[in-house]
Amino acid sequence: MSVQTISTGSQAASKMSARTRDRLLNIISPLALLVLWELCARFGFIDTRFFPAPSSVVSTMIEMLRTGELVTHTAVSMQRLFYGAILGGVPALVLGIVMGLNRPIRALFDPLIAATYPVPKSAILPLALLIFGLGEASKIFMVAVGVFFPVVINATTGVLEINKIYLDVGRNYKANRWNTFWTIALPGALPVIMTGFKLGIGVGLVLIAVAEMVGAKSGLGYLIWSAWSTFAVEQMYVGLFVIAIIGFLITLILNELERVIIPWKADAT
Amino acid sequence: MTRPLARLEAAEPLPTRPAIRIRDLRKVFGQLVAIDGVSLDIAPGEFFMIVGPSGCGKTTLLRILAGLDSVTSGAIEIETPHSQRPVNSMIFQGDSIFPWMTVWDNAAYGLKMRRVPSATVKEVVGHYLARTGLTRFAKYYPHQLSGGMRQRVSIARAFANDPEILLMDEPFSALDAQNKLLLQEELLHIWEEHKKTVVFITHSVDEAVFLGDRIMVMTAQPGKVKTFVPVPLARPRNIMELQKMPQFGELIAHIWSSLREEVHRARQQEEEIKS
Repeated sequence: MSVQTISTGSQAASKMSARTRDRLLNIISPLALLVLWELCARFGFIDTRFFPAPSSVVSTMIEMLRTGELVTHTAVSMQRLFYGAILGGVPALVLGIVMGLNRPIRALFDPLIAATYPVPKSAILPLALLIFGLGEASKIFMVAVGVFFPVVINATTGVLEINKIYLDVGRNYKANRWNTFWTIALPGALPVIMTGFKLGIGVGLVLIAVAEMVGAKSGLGYLIWSAWSTFAVEQMYVGLFVIAIIGFLITLILNELERVIIPWKADAT
Repeated sequence: MTRPLARLEAAEPLPTRPAIRIRDLRKVFGQLVAIDGVSLDIAPGEFFMIVGPSGCGKTTLLRILAGLDSVTSGAIEIETPHSQRPVNSMIFQGDSIFPWMTVWDNAAYGLKMRRVPSATVKEVVGHYLARTGLTRFAKYYPHQLSGGMRQRVSIARAFANDPEILLMDEPFSALDAQNKLLLQEELLHIWEEHKKTVVFITHSVDEAVFLGDRIMVMTAQPGKVKTFVPVPLARPRNIMELQKMPQFGELIAHIWSSLREEVHRARQQEEEIKS
């Protein structure tokens, strides 16, 4: 005689544990890498002139935090990133949505964007320096260029993907251009625009580091570059770590922002 | 009640000035003649139904009335005795309420676009949400509602806008049978309040008889008027009572017999295109 037990509720339990397990693995992999790196550095398996032990990087970081040096450079870079994102993102948003709504304007601007988009953004840094000089403007401009393209392209796509029936509703209920923009095109395209904005911030982060390496006296890019010229490898790693952390935090913040400004998608999945 | 099911010709004079006058309406899309010489008058307060096989141009006709499509030739006049009212509001087929707005904001949309004072918006929207049983759901987003409730929001939005005429494009076609029945009854209740002129498109003969004062049967493409059938059933109507009446069955049989050959023709046309 055999008894077969069909367990109840085990599926939900195993799903929960799978999620916990994922989270655990997510923490374990970077920790394991750091530990391995530390050990290799201590036992001389790797050249600490190029790969200093994480513990020495952290102690350099603490030292740089104490002097305020790190905070200053980080703040300067973040400020440039912020202004660049606004200056590039807002016009891109408006132009992209108008292009999505208006066929002639789309026909007018499409070739311009298609032609300029493939140019590597870092390649126009010399031009930016030529036009805007060595001050803040050239760095902000570079970030703005990086943010502009993904946002404008996604805004146009987002509007074109809006179900036609919503535009018919707008016409039938006498929404003027202004209202069509604010009540239909912008919210309808917002999920796709947010994706473009996230991509743009990523590009902006790359460009700010590059721009600060050339002709800047502050910022994380400058910190990394000057560490190279003085062979202060620990400082270089501090700069790299901070950029990585900033990128990670911005993604978290934007995901949270998305949840707040797109509440009608909140319950989906 | 032994009134014969007489044909009512479009030219027959109506007691008052018609709310909608259509003369020799023609709509051509490239090679395709969608609507060919439709003339009709719709009386103020009339619940006017249009039935026809799919592809007969009935949706095009409604979109033209809504100002969403242009005419190729012919004339349309819509009486607008109240200058402050919008001419028409449409209840669309399928989901048409904005997913990014709450039930309340969706229902208030037309009024807000017309910059109606907020106190009035509050009163009117509150009234129609109550009438459609949505008061509790005012702050919900559409994805939190069932299909039937979403279509109620669409009804509330159209009625709250207080137009001269209401246009309805198969508003219940996506709903299941039970929800459809409920919404048909609710629609009649709300409509009884002000008895606005309605133009309602459907492919369901039952729905046409249950809701309408008069039914226009359209031919297969190119869309023409085949016949007008008045529905002499007393209001307010109750669908359960109606279904027991022999007159209801006779009307359905009558309309269906006239619609049937058009549906067959439409199917033949479709097969010709495919072969």
